[in-house]
Amino acid sequence: MAGQFTASTRTDDLPEAMAELAGEFHELGQQERLQLLLELAGDLPDLPERYAGRLDEMEQVDECQSPVFLAVEVASDEARTVSIFLSAPPEAPTTRGFAGILHESLDGLGADEVLGVPDEAPFRFGLAEAVSPLRMRGMVGMLGRIKRQVRARTTIDERQ
Amino acid sequence: MTTQTDPQTKLSAYAHPERLVSTDWLAEQLGDQSRSEGDLVVLESNEDVLLYDTGHIPGALKLDWHLDLNDQLSRDYVDGEQFARVMGERGIRRDTTVVIYGDKSNWWATYALWVMTLFGHEDVRILDGGRAKWVAEGREMTTEIRDVTPTDYPVIERDDRTIRAFQQDVVEHLGKPMVDVRSPGEFSGELLSMPDYPQEGAMRGGHIPGAKSVPWGRAANEDGTFKTREELEALYQQEQGLAPTDDVVAYCRIGERSSHTWFVLTHLLGFERVRNYDGSWTEWGNSVGVPVER
Repeated sequence: MAGQFTASTRTDDLPEAMAELAGEFHELGQQERLQLLLELAGDLPDLPERYAGRLDEMEQVDECQSPVFLAVEVASDEARTVSIFLSAPPEAPTTRGFAGILHESLDGLGADEVLGVPDEAPFRFGLAEAVSPLRMRGMVGMLGRIKRQVRARTTIDERQ
Repeated sequence: MTTQTDPQTKLSAYAHPERLVSTDWLAEQLGDQSRSEGDLVVLESNEDVLLYDTGHIPGALKLDWHLDLNDQLSRDYVDGEQFARVMGERGIRRDTTVVIYGDKSNWWATYALWVMTLFGHEDVRILDGGRAKWVAEGREMTTEIRDVTPTDYPVIERDDRTIRAFQQDVVEHLGKPMVDVRSPGEFSGELLSMPDYPQEGAMRGGHIPGAKSVPWGRAANEDGTFKTREELEALYQQEQGLAPTDDVVAYCRIGERSSHTWFVLTHLLGFERVRNYDGSWTEWGNSVGVPVER
């Protein structure tokens, strides 16, 4: 059911914050993993003023059955620092939790580091067994769209 | 809308009013101290596997449609032994009254009720309006998970012939009444370009020939409660021309939204033979050699 991806405990090819978080999940039992996911759902920051109430200007993540919106900014510094903004409703805590994992793992990294995250990284948290592999596609979709936006924005930068 | 203000009157008009309970009724039952643990068990069944953990009706236990009711290896439901374990862990006896509620206008609650019916559990009911209505009314919620005294639920063989249809049954059913409960876009075949849904996409868009398009949501009010019997009769019987004696098959994409319609036709309108085709479009739209209509 995990589609083309296989669950793995490998973390050495993940950015540091993501590897740490993945390690934390793996130390826990199934029920505690759900609790950690719930905490991450609660920790997802609110949208800053420039996005609040302007969801129509953000990208909707269609892979999630609940309304999830995404915006990515890439700074013009040397590292091309990536800022990630995600919005998911409280009545969809699993989706919010996925958003929380990606925000905590990727926000503030350089563009190359974000682009280097393996597409199957969502399966590295040991969550497929806890929430069922069927539900993981939302997180795969979110990661794919984050990378797509980073790629689009850095390509434009290079043209300038 | 006057029918909605008096749930008891509304419920008694349905063909099987014992299958539905109001939030008032449930709140009253939960306050009844003379009740013993296994007489009534409340289950929450949601699309989102974590929603229960954010807070639930006091005493309610989680029943996950995928982790608890689906076999984890083959695309099928749990077998009698797995089902007995799922029920036993929740302190359910064969004669327990089970009330199920959930998110998304009770999609997954009706799905769970349908699966429990495959195993012949007699007294399973739906909370009209589900989780959203209970929350909207400001009723008590808790994150506390109560202790359960496990029971020894009997191992019952699943009955796949009465309320469940397999693909071959649907092939043989072609030409007889069928209800497609998906959105109009899915019915017409326009909505199929789902490149990012590798696990749930289909090779072909459209519907099973002869199926009537009656999106599930037409049976529900905005607050998630079911429409009145009169409104449901106007929809399915007058508008769509279905009769309670008809042999009907309902389907959607994976069988969850059609569980909602199966519940409406079977328990609220009293149709005698309704089967849910749980393979639904994710099976039909990917199958070789079956007819498709657009």
